[in-house]
Amino acid sequence: MSTDALLALMPLIIMAASAIVVMLAIAIRRDFKIAFHLTLAGLLLTLATLSLAFRHGAMPVTDLLLIDTYSILACALIVASASVVALLCRDYFQRVEHQNEEIFVLLLTAVLGGMILVSSSHFALLFLGLEILSVSLFPMMAHRTSTSLEAGIKYLMLSGVSSAFLLFGMALIYGEFGVLSFRLLAPWAVSHNLFALTGFILILAALSFKLSLTPFHLWTADVYQGAPAPISTLVATVSKAAVFAFLLRFWVFTQAYRSEILVEILALIGAASVLVGNLLALRQTRLKRILAYSSIAHMGYLIIGFVAGSILQTGFLLETTWIYLAAYVLTNLGAFAVVSALSSDERECDDPQTYSALFRNHPWLAGIFMIHLFSLAGIPLTIGFIGKFYVFAASIDAGLWWLAGILVISSGMGIYYYLRVLRLMLLPGVAVTGTATPAMRWILSSLALLILGFGLFPQPLIQVIQSLPKP
Amino acid sequence: MILFWLIAVPLLGGILAWPAQHWRSHAPRWIALTALAIDAGLMVLLLCGASADDSWLQQLNWEWIPRFGIDFHLGLDGLSFLLIGLTVLLGFMAVGCSWLEISEQKGLFHCNLLWTLAGVIGVFLALDLFLFFFFWEAMLIPMYFLISLWGHENRDYAAMKFFIFTQVGGLLMLIAILALVFLHYRSSGEFTFDYFRLLDNRLEPAAERWILLGFFIAFAIKLPALPFHTWLPDAHTQAPTGGSVLLAGVLLKTGAYGLLRFAIPLFPEAAHDFAPIAMSLGAVSILYAAILAFAQTDLKRLVAYTSISHMGFVLVGLFAFNAQALQGVVMTLLAHGISAAALFMIAGSLQERLHTREMKTMGGFWKTAPRIGSVTLFFSVAALGMPGLGNFIGEFLVLLGSFRSSIIITAVSAAGLIVAPIYALHVVQRVFHGPPPGKGVPCDFGWREMALMIVMMAASLGIGLYPQPLLNACDLPLKKLIAQGERHEH
Repeated sequence: MSTDALLALMPLIIMAASAIVVMLAIAIRRDFKIAFHLTLAGLLLTLATLSLAFRHGAMPVTDLLLIDTYSILACALIVASASVVALLCRDYFQRVEHQNEEIFVLLLTAVLGGMILVSSSHFALLFLGLEILSVSLFPMMAHRTSTSLEAGIKYLMLSGVSSAFLLFGMALIYGEFGVLSFRLLAPWAVSHNLFALTGFILILAALSFKLSLTPFHLWTADVYQGAPAPISTLVATVSKAAVFAFLLRFWVFTQAYRSEILVEILALIGAASVLVGNLLALRQTRLKRILAYSSIAHMGYLIIGFVAGSILQTGFLLETTWIYLAAYVLTNLGAFAVVSALSSDERECDDPQTYSALFRNHPWLAGIFMIHLFSLAGIPLTIGFIGKFYVFAASIDAGLWWLAGILVISSGMGIYYYLRVLRLMLLPGVAVTGTATPAMRWILSSLALLILGFGLFPQPLIQVIQSLPKP
Repeated sequence: MILFWLIAVPLLGGILAWPAQHWRSHAPRWIALTALAIDAGLMVLLLCGASADDSWLQQLNWEWIPRFGIDFHLGLDGLSFLLIGLTVLLGFMAVGCSWLEISEQKGLFHCNLLWTLAGVIGVFLALDLFLFFFFWEAMLIPMYFLISLWGHENRDYAAMKFFIFTQVGGLLMLIAILALVFLHYRSSGEFTFDYFRLLDNRLEPAAERWILLGFFIAFAIKLPALPFHTWLPDAHTQAPTGGSVLLAGVLLKTGAYGLLRFAIPLFPEAAHDFAPIAMSLGAVSILYAAILAFAQTDLKRLVAYTSISHMGFVLVGLFAFNAQALQGVVMTLLAHGISAAALFMIAGSLQERLHTREMKTMGGFWKTAPRIGSVTLFFSVAALGMPGLGNFIGEFLVLLGSFRSSIIITAVSAAGLIVAPIYALHVVQRVFHGPPPGKGVPCDFGWREMALMIVMMAASLGIGLYPQPLLNACDLPLKKLIAQGERHEH
């Protein structure tokens, strides 16, 4: 292995090493603070090496991994979000000493799984990355109480089924063509081979499960509600971003976008997710469930942009999906972080009633939350609007009028439940006891500033994404 | 640069007004008034620098999102000048009539008020379709807060309905804008949202019709025209007085402005084909809303329905495609802005005194409150279209112009002038005459309210008696809009 390849692998190595270091540190002495600081250091060091690797450009490392600017950008998104989640975990779990340190090891392994996933160029690494990510999530979800145990087990069972789908899909494709590398599959995606098509559909189903797209969304609300708030944040942002970034890469490498059947299936899945997510969110009374259904809908918007981009077969595919993904991650990170900042491991701040009077008692926190809600609803001034603008633009450019119609209807529904939460914060009522630590405040403010900043001046973000290599 | 400050001053004023209530209780009000005064000063400055030969008094063009050819492009002509003038005037009124009504969270209230005004001014200035959409949506948020925080008993429902209606309309417009831009891109290879460049674009007739429909629905919701009007009675009734003044006086005008500035010039042929439908909708709105207004017992709701009725005239005039009708439209916009705002201020002040808007519990107020009574009489008469007052000029010109394009529709619309006196006089009779059912009004208009009303009455009289300067101001832009339509025909 050359030194260049080693340098390209450096972020992955550092991430794996820091997981081991934190684990050893816990084995020596259970100290929450030390574990947290080591974790944060590992994440930041990885970010730094990612920026080093970024300059090197595309670098295949064996047949299994391909480190290019795309994967590095995806890794950076994952690691940066994970750093925020680490901070959330510190505030949430610090009450009980000597019990919760493992959460950081699991966080690091989950991030490692995500990084492997988005860098993979081979089915073997796809499976490995996805499993490392999922297996780290189970214990994190089940970490707190009996409801979280329920959430963890639910995710474990369904995740197992989806892994089986994935393996079966891979087996079908391998059985037909005898290759496992994505690039080598490219000529086959458009061939009308029934086995290959079935294989692709099964793989899409497995990934749809992780992305909680309808009809594979059934676990989402229960898991988001049951899991501790920082872990819900992790599932909503890091895990989704990693899986989606992988899906996009897989899609481009195998040139599956040229297959009309696959695109049509995805269009249906996207439309169904948007409608189901928004419709079900209307009836929810728990904040985390509302956010869960809203994230189903947002994944649907993302898939609609993805489908439109696939039909256009231009750079628009990357641009639309990346802008929307960035908007989604930023916004959801902030929204869940507010919930998490108000919760602790003894009391989950999930009942919207507890948010009443938030404006009066914590005007700053409420203001931040408001910006995030507007961004989720896709109102101008926020990055959420830019994302929605892109999805609209792509679907109109591709001539998908029916999808644009569905987007309008569902956005109308979306506004209803986001505004309902917003209304509550403005009402008079009892005070919430929880509050955010200074570090948390700093992070939340910068997230809100990013949302507004990119909402008003999206050009720099667009330029970064346009500089990615085109398929 | 002045155009930028026209938007930025209320925006900054809003940011300043929010925390100002902690320094001194009345500070937000004075900040709001100062911001409006600066804007009024800027308007005067613009008027002084105007040249007679170009219809655009001033333009401003900054690059914003080059990826899609989106610019921060503002422009002011006579038409937008008049509407911004109305906006600033009603801004003063909205602050003035909330003086006693708003006692909680004054800072936030004035912040939202100023931001709404900034959004509306932005809508009147934007010459980039993306920027227009941006302001169009952005002005909803502060308005939503005005209704949902300081509104009356059923404010949640009303505010939500208002927001969802206009948002869905806005998204339809976004689809239409994007379709237009992408069609332009396909034919010319250039991404642009710029008004002037899209104006020269020629489309397939079928595409033009669909795109016009998207714009039309968005603007018809805001106007509002008949099938899309149901949000308005709720929003107007539940909003605080200042909010109702802005809603009726200014926000409805953005719908008409959008049709006049964007929908019709961008798609002249489709608009000609669509004219019979639009004019019929307008005529039906006039009569239907007037009849509904008569049936109301809630004072604010009644005034809200009269707004729909008057906006019907605007729709009829817009699609008559001649200079007189368009002049009538502009006059109606200005005059209705003043009369409807004044009627909402009266309804608000009665509610402040009686804590009800129910007309069944009112009666015989002339004895205890002659000043309120006479002002109400003045504006009721203005609303019914009495010659000498503003509304008459507008409605007369609209009917005159539309007579040339459709006699039947003009005849039906003119019937609105018969129904209007019924509801207008009904209000005066019901509230100020007859036996008083309970106690009278505890106190008459004070000097503050009287001063506001005198300004409004003077404005209405001014438009009614000497409309020529206003007609001159919007003459050139309207001629250009008409020429635009005719150029495409040949």
